[in-house]
Amino acid sequence: MKIIKDQNGTQLTIALEGRLDTTTAPELEKELGGLNGVTALTLDFSRLEYISSAGLRVLLSAHKRMSRQGGMKVTNVNEIVNEVFEVTGFSDILTIE
Amino acid sequence: MKELTLKALVENISRVTAFIDGLLEANDCALKAQTQIDVAIDELFGNVAQYAYGDATGDVTVRFDFDQSTRMASVTFVDSGVPFNPLEQAEPDVTLSAAEREAGGLGIFLVRKTMDRVEYQRKNGMNILTIYKRI
Repeated sequence: MKIIKDQNGTQLTIALEGRLDTTTAPELEKELGGLNGVTALTLDFSRLEYISSAGLRVLLSAHKRMSRQGGMKVTNVNEIVNEVFEVTGFSDILTIE
Repeated sequence: MKELTLKALVENISRVTAFIDGLLEANDCALKAQTQIDVAIDELFGNVAQYAYGDATGDVTVRFDFDQSTRMASVTFVDSGVPFNPLEQAEPDVTLSAAEREAGGLGIFLVRKTMDRVEYQRKNGMNILTIYKRI
């Protein structure tokens, strides 16, 4: 998985490319450890192939953290990833655009 | 039937995925079903890699079967680790809010929702878990 970061003041966009799974979720978790001062986090999933529960765990903790210091949204979700969000109820938790 | 035996390690998940993807592609599997099976491999092989053998490591055998007439594909995971029937796990409450949610429990749930059938057997000291998906 590739992680591409684009920071503009307190706005951070992270684009993911590949698969967010057991192997790669720790990499994203590490990246999201440094969210100090970020008020708007956008996760761009246009090049994300799929997500497993390991990825959902990281998204949930990022969502909780960003709820306290601003907000987080997920954009450009493909059909497969969207199905995972629907089945697990994450579509009700996350802001998906 | 095709099979592959390898160490129960997280870093081997991608080898299992590549092995199964090759067989699915050879049988003209639709991309969506293939991706759902890949996610299931991540959940199930990942579980075995992280929990089956405690601090030790052991082997996992991954078996692929395909019934041409029904187009039903199956992937079986066999390990000799601690007895664990994932189908006995309580289903997570997917209606809870973010604050009420806890990490975990979603993997098996997701597999059961996206596969056509999941079966578990404990036999001769082994966990035998099979997922079925029409491709």
